[in-house]
Amino acid sequence: MTAEIETHTYDVVIIGAGGAGLRAAIEARLQGKKTAIISKSLFGKAHTVMAEGGCAAAMGNVNDKDNWMVHFGDTMRGGKFLNNWRMAELHAKEAPDRVWELETYGALFDRTPEGKISQRNFGGHTYPRLAHVGDRTGLEMIRTLQQKIVSLQQDDFRDTGDYEANIKVYDECTIVDLIKDGDRMAGAVAYLRESGRHLLFEAPAFVMATGGIGKSYKVTSNSWEYTGDGHALALRAGAALINMEFLQFHPTGMVWPPSVKGILVTESVRGDGGVLTNSEGKRFMFDYIPDVFKAQYATTEEEADRWYTDADNNKRPPELLPRDEVARAINSEVKAGRGTPHGGVYLDVSSRMPAEVIIKRLPSMHHQFKELADVDITKEPMEVGPTCHYVMGGIEVDPETGSSTVAGLFAAGECSGGMHGSNRLGGNSLSDLLVFGRRAGGGAAQYVDSLGGEHPKVSEAAVKEARDRSVAPFGDGGQVVAENPYTLHQELQQNMNDLVGIIRKADEVERAMTKIDELRERAKHMVVEGHRQFNPGWHLALDLRNMLLVSECVARAAIIRTESRGGHTRDDFPKMDAEWRHQLLVCNIKDDGSVDVQHKEQIPLRPDLLDLFEMDELTKYFTDAELSGRKN
Amino acid sequence: MGYQQSFRVWRGDDEGGDFADYDVEVNEGEVVLDVIHRLQATQTPDLAVRWNCKAGKCGSCSAEINGRPRLLCMTRMSTLPQESTVTITPMRTFPVIRDLVTDVSFNYQKAREVRAFVPPEGVEPGDYRMQQVDVERSQEFRKCIECFLCQDTCHVLRDHEENKPAFSGPRFLMRVAELDMHPLDAAEEAGVNRKAAAQDEHGLGFCNITKCCSEVCPEHIKITDNALIPLKERVVDLKFDPIIRRRKKSAKA
Repeated sequence: MTAEIETHTYDVVIIGAGGAGLRAAIEARLQGKKTAIISKSLFGKAHTVMAEGGCAAAMGNVNDKDNWMVHFGDTMRGGKFLNNWRMAELHAKEAPDRVWELETYGALFDRTPEGKISQRNFGGHTYPRLAHVGDRTGLEMIRTLQQKIVSLQQDDFRDTGDYEANIKVYDECTIVDLIKDGDRMAGAVAYLRESGRHLLFEAPAFVMATGGIGKSYKVTSNSWEYTGDGHALALRAGAALINMEFLQFHPTGMVWPPSVKGILVTESVRGDGGVLTNSEGKRFMFDYIPDVFKAQYATTEEEADRWYTDADNNKRPPELLPRDEVARAINSEVKAGRGTPHGGVYLDVSSRMPAEVIIKRLPSMHHQFKELADVDITKEPMEVGPTCHYVMGGIEVDPETGSSTVAGLFAAGECSGGMHGSNRLGGNSLSDLLVFGRRAGGGAAQYVDSLGGEHPKVSEAAVKEARDRSVAPFGDGGQVVAENPYTLHQELQQNMNDLVGIIRKADEVERAMTKIDELRERAKHMVVEGHRQFNPGWHLALDLRNMLLVSECVARAAIIRTESRGGHTRDDFPKMDAEWRHQLLVCNIKDDGSVDVQHKEQIPLRPDLLDLFEMDELTKYFTDAELSGRKN
Repeated sequence: MGYQQSFRVWRGDDEGGDFADYDVEVNEGEVVLDVIHRLQATQTPDLAVRWNCKAGKCGSCSAEINGRPRLLCMTRMSTLPQESTVTITPMRTFPVIRDLVTDVSFNYQKAREVRAFVPPEGVEPGDYRMQQVDVERSQEFRKCIECFLCQDTCHVLRDHEENKPAFSGPRFLMRVAELDMHPLDAAEEAGVNRKAAAQDEHGLGFCNITKCCSEVCPEHIKITDNALIPLKERVVDLKFDPIIRRRKKSAKA
């Protein structure tokens, strides 16, 4: 007999309270569904606040040549045409409406002289496209969505006398396992950080919106929450993950002092005119323009500099190449011995604009360097280097509804996969989480309607199993060797950083997998001290289970894809291979708990979308067979 | 490079607790949160601390360092004297949950009591037009990362539990000011008087502009000068302007 467990019943449970989760919750609630939001941190602290540059949407406020087709093209190009084209299409078409909608919730973006939302340049985007608020756009988005939820709660309070009648936030609450009834989602077991008490959420529909996996890496821009919970929970529940080999290393993270290594330096520094130089003072990005991008990027400093004031008649500076290209270039410069004293390269705005403009346009960066590194960016260059930033891979979803391969399980935002292909463009994440957050919330609501009130049941045995597993690290004293979760975590981070990092080799990835196997075994003997009330050692022990599973997916997929594309660079297979473009690697979990990776053919790009590109560009990415039959 | 630093950290829960002393290694460039993490990894794995981004953007790791309300992630060890003990305590204004973690739910309740942005009727999404100069005032307040250090330091709330029901604190008075200064907020058209609410529902009158809130704000928002004082001035106009009062009286008559 299971001990009593506090049980809450909802129509839709959203796991994750970042941008995607909150937008999904708003949609589910607006469609009349009783909705819970599970937040691993306090409400409003999600990783979305870290997004700096902006939210990409082809509103055409700054350059009226922009439209969804150009945005779609840029997104596909950035992802090296591996993207789920339907997601990229929906994203490009719907992003403007989603941004405008935020203004009706109270958002205050920076303005153009005509009073419209201002838009800024960013890597890989043809036109100025990013709606922004200085360099704290993510904070504005999370606060706006948070305040919209509060406003819905105020409506409910007026109608029912209860703020939480239809939408409730469970903060500092972590899901440990999903529970199915046959093939369908039925519930989830959670614990509260504050008390360590377990909760059971019973609902027919769950939306995963848990973000990324960066905490498996040593140098990362990600916060502690990014432990791949959604990826791992969905995988264990039987959903498929795709594109797990593709990780984005943001080219510009702080490199010094050591304790802040990895913290993000926004791409807007480059979008607004910042340049990258090596220890010889050379603007090295001109040497790293790949053939596929030769037509769009300037080859001289003079032309690149003219672009900032006359974008229509000049080509873009190569500092604004997609992130994967810039990150690899920095990596090569440092390896060639042309790095800075702390192993990065220089990123300079001080010689490019007046101090007051820098402080106005990049206030957080000015603040961050001053406070954390004693560097005044209006007077001297920053030192930067690549940092693990974003996972393109994630839960395989239906573009229209966000539904995974498991009935009742939906996903949106970073923990879903496909939208960004092999590399995400900056600014496409904030728009992604709005567009697909709304779609997943709506998809979940419609799924609940389709059940007609007949809801799946949660079995007591499954609840007991989840609870027992989650308290196992407290041990019964029977462990032979007590492993410390902090030590295991550090070893995993070092392993992933060194062996499955920005540049990969077969033998190194093999070694990484051996190490992951070893860590998984040792993790069985983890012991945590103390009790269940707000115990960080215990929390880490539980998160580690997810990190190990997701790291295994990354490593297994990375060894199979024998080409280099976007966020997956193989030293032993340095070329992009058109035969790989139309194939996805799909991770599933086997009965013994290990990860199985299979090839899957992509759905061919719809002809009218293919027609948006010139033939000589397509031939760089597609096989002859794929293009045969296409005119010119 | 590295050196040993003595740390005194408050350990306990809602039933009480005491200081615990630690000697811990400190390396060049580290912030206080790095040292707390080293304590967790090497000496006391169950030391409770709330943190997220470690970049001063999420406002989770608020505590008091040598009695000063600070973000643990934005306080560099090099700014603290090596020879004396560094004392870390939880925020005093909020009930302790465990160690350095406090129950900040008071703030979320107050947030809920500020009437949300009211969208203007008849303006379609995409048709919002505002000038930069007009949005900038509210944008300054929207830089707030909700670390609640201003709430922690405000003497109206600190050690005055009894004021909490009537006083929302600088963070949420600033939120009222932000909405009141939003160029397109249609609260008035909807019958909501934000200025009156600031005074009557959120206790603006308790604030005697000592500027402690502005001093501890890690975002350097001029809470008192730019939000609270202008809001007070508007309240004065509304409630105490003799001409307006006269008009109101004659309108009633």
